[in-house]
Order: sequence, then C-alpha cells, then structure tokens
Amino acid sequence: MGRTLAEKVWEKHVVRRAEGEPDVLYIDLHLIHEVTSPQAFDGLRLSGRTVRRPDLTIATEDHNVPTVLGPIADLVSRTQVETLRKNTAEFGIRLHPMGDAGQGVVHIIGPQFGLTQPGMTVVCGDSHTSTHGAFGALAFGIGTSEVEHVLATQTLPAYRPKTMAIEVAGELPVGVTAKDLILAIIAQIGTGGGQGYIVEYRGEAVRKLSMEGRMTVCNMSIEAGARAGMIAPDETTFEYLRGRPHAPTGTAWDEAVEYWKSLRTDDDAEFDKVVHIDASTLTPFVTWGTNPGQGAPIGSAVPSPEDFTDPVQRSAAERALEYMGLAAGTPLRDVEVDTVFVGSCTNGRIEDLRAAADILRGRTVVTRTLIVPGSMQVKKAAEEEGLHEVFKAAGAEWREAGCSMCLGMNPDTLQPGERSASTSNRNFEGRQGKGGRTHLVSPQVAAATAVTGRLTAPADL
Amino acid sequence: MDAFTTHTGRAVPLRRSNVDTDQIIPAVWLKQVSRTGFENGLFSAWREDPAFVLNNPVYEGASILVSGPDFGTGSSREHAVWALQQYGFRVVISARFGDIFRNNSTKMGLLPVVLPDDVVERIQAAVEADPAAELTVDLVERQVRLGDLVSEFEIDDYTRWRLMEGLDDIGLTLRHADDIAKYENGRQQWLPTTV
Repeated sequence: MGRTLAEKVWEKHVVRRAEGEPDVLYIDLHLIHEVTSPQAFDGLRLSGRTVRRPDLTIATEDHNVPTVLGPIADLVSRTQVETLRKNTAEFGIRLHPMGDAGQGVVHIIGPQFGLTQPGMTVVCGDSHTSTHGAFGALAFGIGTSEVEHVLATQTLPAYRPKTMAIEVAGELPVGVTAKDLILAIIAQIGTGGGQGYIVEYRGEAVRKLSMEGRMTVCNMSIEAGARAGMIAPDETTFEYLRGRPHAPTGTAWDEAVEYWKSLRTDDDAEFDKVVHIDASTLTPFVTWGTNPGQGAPIGSAVPSPEDFTDPVQRSAAERALEYMGLAAGTPLRDVEVDTVFVGSCTNGRIEDLRAAADILRGRTVVTRTLIVPGSMQVKKAAEEEGLHEVFKAAGAEWREAGCSMCLGMNPDTLQPGERSASTSNRNFEGRQGKGGRTHLVSPQVAAATAVTGRLTAPADL
Repeated sequence: MDAFTTHTGRAVPLRRSNVDTDQIIPAVWLKQVSRTGFENGLFSAWREDPAFVLNNPVYEGASILVSGPDFGTGSSREHAVWALQQYGFRVVISARFGDIFRNNSTKMGLLPVVLPDDVVERIQAAVEADPAAELTVDLVERQVRLGDLVSEFEIDDYTRWRLMEGLDDIGLTLRHADDIAKYENGRQQWLPTTV
C-alpha cells in the first residue's frame, strides 16, 4: 500500500525504532524565541550538556518585543530578551535581535530565509510551528522540556500520529480567503477534531492558494487540535523557494526539486480519517465565541446556545456569549468593535498587508487600527510598495515587527471589555489582554471593519 | 522529574470545556526566565471571580483536577504544566487533552488521565456531593478508583514506565548518540544550515 506525505517525511527522519518505544526522530530545523527557551538553556547548563547542532538552530525576538521604536520598558520582558541574547551567544546560535533586518515572528522568518523546505522536520517552542507544513515539511510545536531535548540531541522521541485528509473541493469564491477557509474548517471539525492527527490539506482550492495562503491554513491546524498540518509541495512551493538565501542552488537545487516532487501522498495510500469541505459554498467567516471553533459566516447571526444539541457545546456557547457580551440572534454585521489588529504569524505577511491596504486606500478608519508587519523584511517590502503611506493616510498605526496583539505579551493589548477584529489565531478569553473580546477575521474583513466600526466584509463597503 | 506510581488525594471539579493553556496560565506570566513561581498565575483571571471553584475553601489542598473535555488546548507553553504542579496538582483528568499539553505533562511527571465523558461527569458529581472524598489514581494498575467507581485508563507502556521510574528523556535518548551520529552522516547534502 502507498504512503501518505506525512508518513514519507516521518519515515525519512527515523533515527531509531524499537518495539514498544517511541521513534527517535531527527529534527532538521529548530526555531527558538525568548519565551519558551530560557528554562531549556538552564536545563542544559544544570546537566552539563551542550547544543548538539547550533548550525540547525536559529533564534529571534518576537513574542514580547514592543512594536514602537525604543528599548523595552517592561523590566521583566527586557530580562527575558537579554537572557535569549546571553544564551544564544554562549551556545553559538544565530540570533536576529530587535532592530535587525532579519528579525520577525519566528514562523515568518523561517520561510522568508528559505530555511523551511519540503520534507524537513521543523520544531519550535510554539504551537503555530504548524505554519511550516505549508511547504510539505513536518512541523509541530513543542514544550520547553522538548526544546531542551532538541537542543541536546537534535532529536525527539515521538509516536507517529494518525493521518487525516482534509479534502477541499471546488474553488474559493472571489473575496473568500485562506483565513476564511481555515476558520470554516475549524468550525466544522471542532477544536478537538484534529487531536492525535497530522492533517494534510488537499484539493483544488488548496492547490490554488499562494504559499502565503497555504501558511495561513497550516498555521491554524493547532486550533483544530492537530499538532501539524501539511500541504504537498508543487511548482508554487518551488517558485517561492527559488533564490532565497538558504535554498539550494545549482545542481543541488535540481537534486532537491527531484526529491521534493516525490513528497506527495501516493494514490493508493489511505488516511485514517477523511473530511470533505466544499470551498465554493464559503463566504467571509468570523468567530463569535471564545474558541476558534466558534465561528460562522459573516452574513449570519450570533447563534443561540439552544442551537447546540451537545450539552458541552451548549454550555460553552452560553459561557462564550456572556464573556463576549453578545446576545443570541444579533446579526454579526451589527457587532461593533473598538480595535482592529492586522498582523501575527497567521496573517502578517506581505500579501496580507497588500490586501488590507487595497481596502484602506482612500478610506478612513474609525477604530484604533494596528498594522503590525510579521517581520522587518515584510515591513521593508511594504514600505517599498508605499503600503505604509496608505495605512497612515487612513489613520491606522504602522508598527515594528513582532507578535504584538496576537497574545498581548507586549504593550499592545485590549482593555477589559474592549472588542477587536483580529487577523490572529486565537479568540480565547483574555488572549489579547485581560477582559478583551476577540473576533478572528481575515485581513480583508479586518480592514473593512476598521472603516465601518462594525464587522464588515469588503463587499459591504 | 519525580516518579509517579500511585496517588491518592481529593479532587476539584472544573466544569468547563476547552480549558486552553491561556486560561491555565495567561501570557503575562510567561515573562519569567525561571521554572518556579507560577502557582499564583494558575487560572489567575478566573480566580478573580470569588465563585470560581478553586476559590471554594472545601477544595483547598486538592491534588487532582477533574475537567471538562479538551483540557490544555492551544499554546505550547509548558508553563501551564509548571503552574498546575506548583499549585499542588499531581493529576489532571479529562475526556480529551490538547496533544502538546499532554506531551508536556508526561515530560514533567504531571499525569494526564483520559477517561470517558460519562465517567468524568460521575467523578465531578461525586466530589461536588462530597468534597472530602478521596480519589486514587493508580498508574501501576492503570486505574482510577473512587468508592465503588473503578475505571481503567489507557497509557502507552513506554510513557508509563518512564513516569514510574521518573526518568529523564534526554538521558534516554543520549544512550543512542551513535545512532544519531550515523543518521547525521546520511542526511541529504542540500539540507540547509543556519550559518
């Protein structure tokens, strides 16, 4: 029987296999940031171990850095960033610190440098590592103990998860984005639907996505419970990689492409589970609740807890409506927001900023609007295209690169009771600041919402 | 980590689903560079509500958390495990766990126990009726026991052995350093390095 893409990549990385034990899996690329690494480096020092492959490791400062110029005012945050600098210097790991041209959100800089390539294993102490699966890499988030394990051994012990195919048939209608697609998928399978699986996104609509759109989809695999999401590499992938600083060149490029072309699920391979979704029926999608599975088409209304037959879902909906300050039956287009955030590892790339700028060009925002590029390189590219002038003319704030309001570790937060339309990935209680209320949306819906002050699709303008 | 064989203690019912790791420990607590001092961050937003179950004095000193399904979803932050342990929990029971949280727990010696929804519900009801009731979580027998209730749970042999011995994963892997070196010699030449 044939093998799935996930199985092929997994098998290629097995260092050791023994009956009754997890496989020892080799890790090709380890991404590090300031928040989940300090205790791992401490652990290494305590046990007298070192970093096995600093040359397969790269670090950046992203989670708690301010997005306005200047030093970090918060002493605790500053200490954490300084600790990363000290640790990376001590163990000889490449670091892109604040202000550096290569700095940015960890999942944006890996692909940008061409470090993320098809068929690789990629890990990071961050659940959105699934982003890199867009290249046909097996990429997943790990905790700090596992960060220490990878630093010390360049491997991880792991059992191979089951495989799930998400078959997306048809084409996305005009105005419907990769973000809408993944929000609709999560609403369909639920936040636990992908637990224990590696998801492979397949089908016509997926093939037609750009690399950036594919990254948006794979990024949110974890919100459906799946540690990893993958898309088979194709010409779109190769074109994206060609010429990037760490992509192979010359004959090595040809050899690599030949191998990459083999990284697809065999026709006779079987998935443990298959989910079908019809792209042609989708519309812009927004969340109304406090987990990413609580979403609905923008043209619908806030659901009533009574709409849910499952008692667990019903009580979760009740609680979510109370936290969100929403009444059942309210049209989603009537929900007023105070803040709009465009950025994050989900939607902080250049295509996202272009999409937001296209809507804001010649218009004025009525909400606080933060535009936070995902990396310094994205920022530079946007400025070369004049996008920053569009944002500023519309009244939006143009910031430095970082995770920013996606998780509110830096000064970019919501106040209690404030409501945002956010292009990030999590609408959990307090995620963007204690008491803050988050609606997850695409960059296009975020920009249109900034113009009207209510959840709005671009077509409504 | 500390070895885990069997644990008997009182339990707290947490009747919520999708308890994500942002709730277990909000991001503002993640700025620390040490592994200690997270107990005050545990459910810190929810604990501001006097009606929150952990504020109920009858559950003070409980060491087993019995939660609704999909516990520990979301962020990979291991701080969630540290916060639960430092607050005094040794076991979390739920019908479903986030994959990364469950993995992090077993690295640290916090036991995640998966039981069917109806059994979780029965345990919650029992400890609500009698908060002093003691629950035994037996990793050796793979059983949870509470009065007449005896429920088996599944955990793979290897993880169970590692928890029972309190073994350091890194030390176990480093015993295979030769295999790692051999693998490295066979890697494709074009694979990127960060230098």
